[in-house]
Amino acid sequence: MIGQEHREAETDARLIRIDHLVKTYLLGEVEVHALRGVSLELRRGEFAAIMGASGSGKSTFMNILGCLDKPTRGSYILDGVDVSGLSGDELARIRNAKLGFVFQGFNLLSRTSAIENVELPLLYGTASLKDREARAVKALNLVGLGDRSHHYPNQLSGGQQQRVAIARALVNDPSIVLADEPTGNLDSRTSVEVMGIFQELNNKGITIILVTHEPDIAQFANRHIVFRDGKIRSDKINTTPKRAADVLKDMPEIDEEEAA
Amino acid sequence: MKIANILISAFRALQRNKMRSFLTMLGIIIGVSAVIAMLAIGQGAQYSVEQQISSLGTNVLIVYPGSQNTGGIRGGAGTTTTLTEEDCLAIQRECPAVSLISPGTRAGGQVIAGNLNWATGVEGTGTDYLEIRKWGIEYGDFYTDQDVKAAAKVCVLGKTVADALFPEASPIGLTVRIRNVPCKVIGVLTKKGQNAMGQDQDDVILAPWTTVQRRLTWFPYLRQILVSAASASNIPVAQKQITELLRMRHKIAPYDPDDFSIRNQADLATAATATTQILTILLASIASVSLLVGGIGIMNIMLVSVTERTREIGIRMSVGARSRDILTQFLIEALVLSLLGGIIGILLGVGGSTLISKLAKWPTIVTFFSILLSFGFSIAIGIFFGFYPAKKAAMLNPIDALRYE
Repeated sequence: MIGQEHREAETDARLIRIDHLVKTYLLGEVEVHALRGVSLELRRGEFAAIMGASGSGKSTFMNILGCLDKPTRGSYILDGVDVSGLSGDELARIRNAKLGFVFQGFNLLSRTSAIENVELPLLYGTASLKDREARAVKALNLVGLGDRSHHYPNQLSGGQQQRVAIARALVNDPSIVLADEPTGNLDSRTSVEVMGIFQELNNKGITIILVTHEPDIAQFANRHIVFRDGKIRSDKINTTPKRAADVLKDMPEIDEEEAA
Repeated sequence: MKIANILISAFRALQRNKMRSFLTMLGIIIGVSAVIAMLAIGQGAQYSVEQQISSLGTNVLIVYPGSQNTGGIRGGAGTTTTLTEEDCLAIQRECPAVSLISPGTRAGGQVIAGNLNWATGVEGTGTDYLEIRKWGIEYGDFYTDQDVKAAAKVCVLGKTVADALFPEASPIGLTVRIRNVPCKVIGVLTKKGQNAMGQDQDDVILAPWTTVQRRLTWFPYLRQILVSAASASNIPVAQKQITELLRMRHKIAPYDPDDFSIRNQADLATAATATTQILTILLASIASVSLLVGGIGIMNIMLVSVTERTREIGIRMSVGARSRDILTQFLIEALVLSLLGGIIGILLGVGGSTLISKLAKWPTIVTFFSILLSFGFSIAIGIFFGFYPAKKAAMLNPIDALRYE
């Protein structure tokens, strides 16, 4: 499902090409310039952290990146497709096929089992019933929750819920996983564990874009893009990303069962 | 999105809120069962009225003598002495639309048999009377043309009279004294029950009209002429033929009013049927108000549901649901609720109607039409009242929906 060979086989390594992206909202009579000309390229297999204070435009950028919103001007080419001019239904198809979302508040359907939550994107695709279940189980195994597939969200800890959400993001074999403050609702140890999962996925070749305002969390990413006032202020390669596995070793043990 | 997947999503969503789904359906359940029960009661009433009217006999016309007009003071119907045996014979001879005819006279009085007595009416009739009234003989015989010609002292008892005067033995061959005239009982009529006015039709003695006229009343004219048209469509024709014939025979000038009147059972039947039809429509429309309220209940809950599930809608959109997928899902949820409610309502309505007819002894008729009607109605309500909330859900912006608290 997530074969590195498959990724390398594609000729164009640039997964995302963004050129002079502008987004202007109209709040009543006032024009709000959320993005003032952003250009960016991302290659396959990158693990990028987007940082910035609130109001810096990073959320707007994330929404456009996630095809939930359309830019006012500029172009956005995702996996060879110019998505800046697509209709709502076409964007929905792109989200379904090429993007996986992980949110701060997990955003799982309540009173719905983990496996049904993971299956959700497949309901809007073309997968058959049998295929659907097999893929959902595979995705849950990938995040280490294969034994909890029939638990409900209220029977799972925060870290486990976020892992269900990650499995849901992965189930459709997306080009990019977009994570919006994925550790915002988690304690520090669980945060590191979740980052560990992202690093593992990244090692398997999955492109990850992480939005965060916590510098500690950003340390796990390979590239730091900082937003300010609707523009990219800095864009650096992090040559020495922390490894979650190493950090965990130095952290005090928390009884996982108690947390659950 | 495949329709099967939408169905899965809709069923899961309804299952997640069993109590709310049930309460929403309750409106439709009550509405549909009320419509079915009310239609069943109304149609039951219609049926029993039709039964009673047809017990009068079908295609029957009754000719009464007209009212007497003495110096501007008008007596009631039947106060004049205009109908005669000759009129009767003329109608039989000259009106082709008339198939059966029976002259009628009447006497009332005390009837004595052994040591028992009973006050009842004696109807003098012709031999066609039973066929016109669709009546039958339970045992014994009816009188013959010979009896009528001879004014024979014979009679046939209605069931009520037979039970009152001869509680134990068969009355056949025994004698009853009507106004001191001894008459031999030759038969007993079958039970006919009450007429549309609630009178006991079995409290009667039938005798040849000649016997009543010449031995009991000494009244030389006829009280009525009972006529049966050859078919229902012949009723107006027969009425016209009789009117023309009697006007000519009674020498009535062109602009003078008739000195007789013809009453038509079909008119009575139509009026009574129309009344019960109005009753049925009234009951059904009251019940359908509750169906409407049930529909509004669905819309209400679906609107609440859309607001409550805004975040769910956002999640669905973020993983690739298109507007029309969301629209279809919510529409199907509403449709499933109203359909399930409709089916349960039909079962309850049919069960309730059966219970009403068992407990209250009120005839109820559940027709296929009423089931179809309420079923169709609940589908229509599901679509109609489900559409607005579904549209509202589909129009949500995914970003706002995801951020909704």
